[in-house]
Amino acid sequence: MAEYFAMGGYAGFVWSAYGLTALVVGGLIVWSIRGQAQAKARVAALEAGRATDE
Amino acid sequence: MALSGAVLPWASAATAVVLAVGVYLALIASPPDYQQGETVRMMYVHVPSAWLASAGYGAMALSCAVGLIWRHPLAFASAKAMAPLGAAFTFLALVTGSLWGKPMWGAYWVWDARLTSVLVLFFIYIGYIALWEVIEDFGRAARATSILCLAGAANLPVIRFSVDWWNTLHQPASVARMDGPTMHSSILTPLLVMAVGFTLLFVVLTLVRTRTEIMQRRARALEMTRAGLA
Repeated sequence: MAEYFAMGGYAGFVWSAYGLTALVVGGLIVWSIRGQAQAKARVAALEAGRATDE
Repeated sequence: MALSGAVLPWASAATAVVLAVGVYLALIASPPDYQQGETVRMMYVHVPSAWLASAGYGAMALSCAVGLIWRHPLAFASAKAMAPLGAAFTFLALVTGSLWGKPMWGAYWVWDARLTSVLVLFFIYIGYIALWEVIEDFGRAARATSILCLAGAANLPVIRFSVDWWNTLHQPASVARMDGPTMHSSILTPLLVMAVGFTLLFVVLTLVRTRTEIMQRRARALEMTRAGLA
């Protein structure tokens, strides 16, 4: 197991590459979904005739 | 809109499954390379990112062209939706490439034609996104950004053929070749699964972001009418 995580002595490079990719991909997913939820709420508020602060 | 709403949950599920299989193949099931050892595993995130950096730009340029020719706001909205995704994958291609370059080439960065042309691509993405921000009127912003996007597309063949035209440290193509891939299937299969997973993710997020863009336009229109009535 420890040998697997050592990645033949290149653990720092291999895990950094995967970690950063996971971070960026995860960030894109969260950001895109939140953006959609906010836009949906904004349209719903406007259609309901309430005032928005934007 | 309705169609993308119906397709999205299925496409998202498919993306998650393909990516999970891809990561399993890339990190566990595939063998180390006979020359590069375990560092070859970085290829499974580097190459799909680099593929989307260019293919994403190609899709964006196509969308811009459609927008300019048929004047369809949906085309501009989807191009705008793709830009941050393409920029993010270009960033990943550059950084994972750099992390792979250090142990294999002995340097994080070299001003090699391939690396430099991809860095230029990253700046073009940033320029495109910035131009959307500075022009307020949607129609004018859509036209200006699309012209920038199409001009920037000239960089795509430079990236593709940089490894053939110049003497680069970066290796030449080994998957998309006229005579077929030059990789063993034990390494090619995980790479292709990851590439499909990344591409599906790009498509799903493009749909989500295009829908968001349309909702925001609708919100702006509603605010206009409200301001007109007041």
